[in-house]
Amino acid sequence: MEWLVFGPLAAVALATAVSVIVLRNPIYCALSLVGTFFALSGLYLLLQAQFIAVVQVIVYAGAIMVLFLFVIMLLDVGHEPPPWLRQDTPRLVLGIGLVTLLLLELAVAIGSWVSHGIRGSYTSDLVNAVGNTQLVGRLLFTDFLIPFEITSFILLIAIVGAMVLAKR
Amino acid sequence: MMPEPAFFVIMVAKIIVVFGLMVLSVAYLTWLERKVLGHIQVRLGPMRVGPHGLLQPFADVLKLMFKEDIVPQAADRVLYFLAPTLALIASFISFAVIPFGDRVRLFGRSIDLVITDVNIGLLFVFGVASLGIYGIVLGGWASNNKYALLGGLRSAAQMISYELSLGLSVVGVLMLSRSLSLVEIVNAQSQAWFIVLQPIGFLIFLICAVAETNRAPFDLPEAETELVAGFHVEYSSIKFAMYFMAEYANMITVSAMATTLFLGGWRGPFLPPVVWFLGKLFLFIFLFIWLRATLPRFRYDQLMRFGWKFLLPVALANIMITAAFVALR
Repeated sequence: MEWLVFGPLAAVALATAVSVIVLRNPIYCALSLVGTFFALSGLYLLLQAQFIAVVQVIVYAGAIMVLFLFVIMLLDVGHEPPPWLRQDTPRLVLGIGLVTLLLLELAVAIGSWVSHGIRGSYTSDLVNAVGNTQLVGRLLFTDFLIPFEITSFILLIAIVGAMVLAKR
Repeated sequence: MMPEPAFFVIMVAKIIVVFGLMVLSVAYLTWLERKVLGHIQVRLGPMRVGPHGLLQPFADVLKLMFKEDIVPQAADRVLYFLAPTLALIASFISFAVIPFGDRVRLFGRSIDLVITDVNIGLLFVFGVASLGIYGIVLGGWASNNKYALLGGLRSAAQMISYELSLGLSVVGVLMLSRSLSLVEIVNAQSQAWFIVLQPIGFLIFLICAVAETNRAPFDLPEAETELVAGFHVEYSSIKFAMYFMAEYANMITVSAMATTLFLGGWRGPFLPPVVWFLGKLFLFIFLFIWLRATLPRFRYDQLMRFGWKFLLPVALANIMITAAFVALR
């Protein structure tokens, strides 16, 4: 039953992720990325992480990608061939090398993986009992308070930086 | 574990009823808007097709369907088709989580009058609403027309700016109801409607809701005097109608959200819950039309200044005050 949902979602995620780098028109690339976010959000739902799933859509698909589209539309960077079509031997060698490394790493990781079932104290039963959002909120303000605050500081600095650069 | 077949039957029935009513209300909203605007401007509005123009929506739909569908030559065909569809889907789908009545007993089963009660209902509505932007931005870009592009960009900037205040304005409601499920939020208002406890939040929500639906006085994306018609200049025939339907469906959704979050949803004495829900919803829709007849359009810089320098700080202050009250209680 789970595979019926997981299979198509994973396929869509992979297909759209590939088209982000393969398609020629940057607008379509950006939209493919939106498709990837949606598929990922579906996968989160499958993991009973409703909060993350919706936040994924609101933040990435709803806000960040709209701004990306904005920039692409205004710059009108339409019609140059994508970088992977350009003849550029050093980069090609580097790229193939990195991809091989990544595939090897994946193979090792998958080969040595043993399923232990669900571990940790936050099982999906507990999450559903307390409430997904409530639990995320509680953890953010207790166990992960300091990383949470530091992240918000970093974001604040980025915003101020953007303002300063824009005003110059 | 598979749910019983009756579950599917009830689910499909609910979806069909809600969807059908939505489409019908959208059609009749166009009639209502023209009638109300007409009477406010001391005219009669549509009178010719049927008594008091009551069949006008059907005439309009037929006309729009049989008009020539013109696609600009340099338009991006895929996105040109996709954009109005996206706008329409995004405007219809949020109603899935809005409760429109109490639990009723029908044929010996208890049925919740909501399509599905998810524990993140409110966030779901925001997520879907934020996707509505794509319909407009892509439509504006795909038409390959500078007025359309400007309209699309304006609308994206406007919707992102006002979405922030919209999201913040309901945080107070969340603190009081302690849940994101819209069913729970309605249940939490059995003592007092949240408009009493959250008057500032309500006003901010209302203003942002008007801006989110691109209605006057925030209808800059289609400012006729500057942009011809904005993002849908190049659209004709049924695709134009789809944008139109999306706008009216958004009005219904936003009114339903305001009803659910601040006016106690379907709660009310004497009358059946569904009647209360529809009545409150109608109030908001009338307000939308009334605003359009009364207020002139904002200038773009006024709009941005108002959103960022007034609404956002007030919404944040509202959260602080509510938080203090909740903590002290």
